[in-house]
Amino acid sequence: MAVERFPVEEGHILMFARAIGDLNPVFTDRDKAAASEVGGIIAPPTFVAASAQFDPDYFLRPKEGQPWFGSGSRPSGTAPRAGEGESEPGDSKGERGGGNRVGSGLHAEQRFEYHKVVRAGDVLTATTRPGRTWEKEGRRGGTLHFGESVTEYRNQDGELVVTATSVGVRTERVPDQSGKGE
Amino acid sequence: MALRSSEVKVGDERALVLVEDLTRTRIVQYAGASGDYNPLHTDEVFAREAAGFPSVFAHGMLTMGMTGRILTDWVGDGRLTAYGVRFVGQVWPGDTLTATARVTALREEPDGSFADFSVETRNQRGEVVLTGTASARLD
Repeated sequence: MAVERFPVEEGHILMFARAIGDLNPVFTDRDKAAASEVGGIIAPPTFVAASAQFDPDYFLRPKEGQPWFGSGSRPSGTAPRAGEGESEPGDSKGERGGGNRVGSGLHAEQRFEYHKVVRAGDVLTATTRPGRTWEKEGRRGGTLHFGESVTEYRNQDGELVVTATSVGVRTERVPDQSGKGE
Repeated sequence: MALRSSEVKVGDERALVLVEDLTRTRIVQYAGASGDYNPLHTDEVFAREAAGFPSVFAHGMLTMGMTGRILTDWVGDGRLTAYGVRFVGQVWPGDTLTATARVTALREEPDGSFADFSVETRNQRGEVVLTGTASARLD
């Protein structure tokens, strides 16, 4: 993933804060946030995940004129069936750390390191590189393939604000209901 | 107000109900805010009939986002220096999630006082769905 411009906006933070059920005034109330220790609206700790909105190639967002694998007239839409992985043109799978593959992959771990507070009004960039990879035998058989992807978020002054490490795990089939993962 | 190092000791613990009877709409709300529209989370027909799951399920990042509140409510705003989790169980519509956080260490560093935390979120059946750690700068 590479995001050239991720504008951190007050309204987006409000929507995100509502979604995670955290109406802390530093996320949702301009006046109260201004009077607080942080001096203005800041982003919740996991907000940088929403940089996906600004990744032109993000494959988990339907795009005009491209097939989408969610249901339409057919349950599986137009894209590959679950378990076959994704292969539509325009996917950014080659840049992914192995997580979130449709039907066959899950988000296993997520870590954030915070270097500076992310504020409404910041304009971030994000660059992602692959991290470690490893394998493990699954409890229900099959090999689990783990892979990290490390994303660095920088602000308009070029300062590193957040380092995000995502660990994806690919299984060889869809796990059962009690399965590990996201 | 940020947490003061004099106000906290190793072993201190808090619990917080994050959500009761999680709705599909709430999961869709997170999809819209985060930009992750994976149909496994937003499309019951796809999740059941194409992917073979009993229903849609929550994004791990929604559970992580909800769980963050127990930390930020405790340590204060803009104080986290690290927050990491493992997604150990799936979260389904109808789930009620409760997080607990515990102080595991207090550190004096050249650049200030810090606390380390463990965090865990369980569903209404007592099953752990998320485990993690966090660190925060204290006053």
